[in-house]
Amino acid sequence: MSRLEILFQKQSKRVLNVYCTAGYPNLNSTLPIMESLQSNGANIIELGMPYSDPLADGEVIQSSSQMALNNGMTIEVLFEQLSSMRNTIHLPVVLMGYMNPILQYGFEAFCKKAKQVGIDGLILPDLPLYEFENGYGKIISENGLDFIFLVTPETPETRLRKLDSLSTGFLYAVSSSATTGKDKDFSKVAQYLQRITSMGLKNPILVGFGIKDKESFDAVNVYTNGAIIGSAYISALSKGGDIEQCTKQFLNEVLGN
Amino acid sequence: MSIFNTQNDYQTPSAEGYYGEFGGAFIPEMLYENVATLQSQYLKIMQDPSFKAEVDALLKDYVGRPTPLFLAERLSKEIGATIYLKREDLCHTGAHKINNTIGQIILAQRLGKTKIIAETGAGQHGVATATVCALKGMECVVYMGEKDIERQAPNVARMKMLGAKVVPAKSGSKTLKDATNEAIRAWINEPNETHYIIGSVVGPHPYPDMVARFQSVISEEIRTQLKQITGNELPTHVVACVGGGSNAAGAFYHFLNEASVALIAVEAAGHGVNSGLSAATTQLGTHGILHGSKSIVMQTKDGQVVEPHSISAGLDYPGIGPLHAYLYESKRGTFLSATDEEALASAFHISETEGIIPALETAHAFSVLPKLNLKPTDVVVICLSGRGDKDLDTYMKYIKD
Repeated sequence: MSRLEILFQKQSKRVLNVYCTAGYPNLNSTLPIMESLQSNGANIIELGMPYSDPLADGEVIQSSSQMALNNGMTIEVLFEQLSSMRNTIHLPVVLMGYMNPILQYGFEAFCKKAKQVGIDGLILPDLPLYEFENGYGKIISENGLDFIFLVTPETPETRLRKLDSLSTGFLYAVSSSATTGKDKDFSKVAQYLQRITSMGLKNPILVGFGIKDKESFDAVNVYTNGAIIGSAYISALSKGGDIEQCTKQFLNEVLGN
Repeated sequence: MSIFNTQNDYQTPSAEGYYGEFGGAFIPEMLYENVATLQSQYLKIMQDPSFKAEVDALLKDYVGRPTPLFLAERLSKEIGATIYLKREDLCHTGAHKINNTIGQIILAQRLGKTKIIAETGAGQHGVATATVCALKGMECVVYMGEKDIERQAPNVARMKMLGAKVVPAKSGSKTLKDATNEAIRAWINEPNETHYIIGSVVGPHPYPDMVARFQSVISEEIRTQLKQITGNELPTHVVACVGGGSNAAGAFYHFLNEASVALIAVEAAGHGVNSGLSAATTQLGTHGILHGSKSIVMQTKDGQVVEPHSISAGLDYPGIGPLHAYLYESKRGTFLSATDEEALASAFHISETEGIIPALETAHAFSVLPKLNLKPTDVVVICLSGRGDKDLDTYMKYIKD
């Protein structure tokens, strides 16, 4: 059983996935941030691999990615940083990123190495269903990695069921068709979440895009198994100061501790 | 693999938008509905006789098509071959870009869209989009790199006068690549009512094919005109500049499957291909994914897209359309390049010998003529893709009193 499966078996509500950009704010802050997230109540760590042209991300994450690239972050450096992560990190860790840097590294080599360092799953927003089914999906599953598809309020039901059937770990529900970090009209979001959570899907559902504080986290948890926070945490980190202090304060606020 | 186009037909990508191994639609799920609708509808709509009639009428009476095929006598004499200029600079708004925006806006209306967004580099596509939006009463937002806004001020003013909102792209290199990122993001944020008019043969399937088809009117006319003038509808060479590659795709289109016609694509070498300040994608790039399609991309070994350089904003792009990547890899096309300096020299030379001030982009195409080893019997068509008014600020710096 994968770490993600075990997690959702133990905990079906208020699962908190926190996104951070590898190599941000400093090249070597990746692991300290992960440790800090783990000790302060996060349940899943989503590690963003920085890319120069991140189409599905908003301004906050894009600028953190640019800074991480300026700091010297690459996939190779990241794997080096993660090579001993399983000595301290027991949470599920998923990598989020874009296809181009992975293709340059070598898709199969990337999956192998990811598994080797203890990565549990992948979120690749610009790997579409058609390409997944035409080869990439096989490589991912052969290497024992989960793959998490995104679904949106515009995804038709038959397609949504298909994306659910091919996803393992969880399903990433985008709260509206928007790049990360924009405010949402919540009643529409609630309707959408109600609709997809009553479909009897095989995967747990985490909702992302627009979740930023206790209020929004609590609101979506009425419907889903949990949520993903990205831009809000990166914004908190961008204010500078001690990583542990900042993470503790941020997660305590979100979780209402 | 099934995704490969095995028909050896350069005009038609596979059902999934592949030219050889280039193309596809690497887009986030948030754009799926919009792109899938376009994929399933674009050919149906484009082949509808009433659609064709509406587009053709506007191309004739609004754009001024067919554009002339002009025999450049002094240039022919100098080069030692027969050289024709396809006068896309005489299109309304001053460049070939409007061929595509007319088609896409009518297509967008048929899809029920009310708002248009576009990216622009030199501003020609932005102006063409703003123009047709004004004509059709559609809301128009154009994304343009902050750096390009500075160097193409007249086009920014034109777009504003035409009622478009111009939004500066402030990320990355602040040029065409980043304007495209911002436009795609804007589309993700309001996909339902909006159509995104990509200005070149780039982007996810069906854009490369759709834009090539809308631009193919250029080569359709060249064939007819050459036949009338010379009795032979096939030239020996077609020459066009390539950034993303829309005017080249249009000028090549009806010759793609005519093996006797040499297709010459001219990229921007900037300060020189190996200077570190260049936009010669096929020379400097490797296989990768940019803006939703697999192609040749200028990038680091770690897969980060690099900032290109060209004196012409319209060629300042680190990728190339998947059709062109396929023409390059299959050797169907010949890819040459011209430096900033060579393009400037050509712009002055063509102005002085033919009385036509070309756009900086277009000037690149002229620069390769002496390198083609042309024979007196050769018949060369150069796509004169745009006029140079927008580049006067740059040209004025080099005018010798």
